[in-house]
Amino acid sequence: MDSGISPNITELRKTPLNDLHRRLGARMVNFGGWDMPVEYPATGGLMAEHRTVRNSVGVFDVSHMGDIRIHTGKTPGGALAAVQHLSMNDASKLAIGQAHYSAMLYPEGTFVDDVIVHRLGEDDFLFVINAGTREKDISWVRDNTKSFDCVVEDLSDAYTQLAIQGPRAVDVLQKLTDVTLAPIKNYWFTHGTVCGLPGRMIARTGYTGEDGFEIYVPGDVATSEMVWNAVMDAGKEFAILSCGLGARNTLRLEAKMALYGHEISGEINVWEAGLDRYCKMEKREFVGRAALAKASANGLKRALIGLEMIERGIARDEYKVFDAAGEEVGVVTSGSPSPTLCKNIALAYVPPALAAVGTTLLVEVRSQRVKAQVVATPFYKRPRKAAQGVTN
Amino acid sequence: MAYPANYRYTKEHEWVDAKDGVATVGITDYAQNELGDVVFVELPQPGAKLTKGKSFGTVESVKAVSEIYAPASGEVIEANGELQNKPETINSDPHGAAWLVKIELASAAELDGLMDGSAYEAYIAAKGQEASA
Repeated sequence: MDSGISPNITELRKTPLNDLHRRLGARMVNFGGWDMPVEYPATGGLMAEHRTVRNSVGVFDVSHMGDIRIHTGKTPGGALAAVQHLSMNDASKLAIGQAHYSAMLYPEGTFVDDVIVHRLGEDDFLFVINAGTREKDISWVRDNTKSFDCVVEDLSDAYTQLAIQGPRAVDVLQKLTDVTLAPIKNYWFTHGTVCGLPGRMIARTGYTGEDGFEIYVPGDVATSEMVWNAVMDAGKEFAILSCGLGARNTLRLEAKMALYGHEISGEINVWEAGLDRYCKMEKREFVGRAALAKASANGLKRALIGLEMIERGIARDEYKVFDAAGEEVGVVTSGSPSPTLCKNIALAYVPPALAAVGTTLLVEVRSQRVKAQVVATPFYKRPRKAAQGVTN
Repeated sequence: MAYPANYRYTKEHEWVDAKDGVATVGITDYAQNELGDVVFVELPQPGAKLTKGKSFGTVESVKAVSEIYAPASGEVIEANGELQNKPETINSDPHGAAWLVKIELASAAELDGLMDGSAYEAYIAAKGQEASA
């Protein structure tokens, strides 16, 4: 037996909750240079964690995510101009207290990283970025905002970020804050007292395809553990579970949310990734725009599709995809059993001619070609409540 | 979970229960715990020839794919078909109901180098210390 996950060998970075995860008996892995919990076997493990987020509530330590604040320099407007230059979505459309999904692009129209852009003030923005790309992202932001009148601050180590996710997340967090959470719409945020800590950011965001919140609290160990424990206590009546990166991955895959290095990268452009609706070509210049205009005129070479395995076998990241005639046509970017659907699902890049729902393709699973079918995505969509906001 | 004293163990976390030239093979409790929820098992058909140290099948959890290595050479006389429908048995009863294959051993002497229960427990205890160091 040889588990595919490598043990921690070199010096890994740790979040302020690292000791706590270890005390909870979490199985730790190296995730992009970070020592992170992949699952908590003592409380049921990945499958149980996935299901509790779909059915009730779970909490994730996502403090490894980075945070970059871009705010006003000498004259107002400089930060907005910088953000508009850096980010493909249209930040001028954001109200204060609103966030949206976006990405920073290379001049080629491919991905530096995907980001959640929060508008903190008229000319004040917070980018929440991926852990594995933190250094690259911060240099990219600094290098590409030099000609703008704005201040760039790396706040990545200042916060512990917890994601409280699931249909009961609102009930759990409501017990810990003076802010009335119900009116906060999806992808909006506010500031308020959380666990007695004033002025904390509370955002209705997440990476699970479920309703939920992300909270940002001071990044010292004592405060981080106090908040974590308070969330666990508040969630007891809903059988809250601590959740690791394993469940985070299967949850986001079911919801077809992109993962950097998989569905998006420096090699894949916005059109290929199918993220058109977050890319506002109609706003003025941004990095990558010219290449994207050219790419859309030339037509797509590949498209991101959802696959469901028909025959027995699990598609995994980087497995090859073949057409019915046996020609190699693409590659799986993320593949896993789906705990919600009880099917084996995958995302893959194939030529657009093979992207139609119902197309039969083959995935090479350890030298055997296993039948799969193109299906509509997302694989999972949460049931909408009337009172809840809608995405962007 | 106890590691039966009469079993033999590999460094790759397979167990072997050999009787009268037939070896029953499975993966250890330590292995299933490292893997997490097992969702898929792929085993050879009866008649397949296994070579000591070579992969003969896979066990997959939600997160990981693991190869299973033959603890000794021989011919598969039976594979545990129950596991196809109930792969989670590997998590609940790894040393018993979740045996993977029965092999007719080419040479029982090949098992001599494997660990006994207490040596294996010491081996995984040392691994645990490495991981937390």
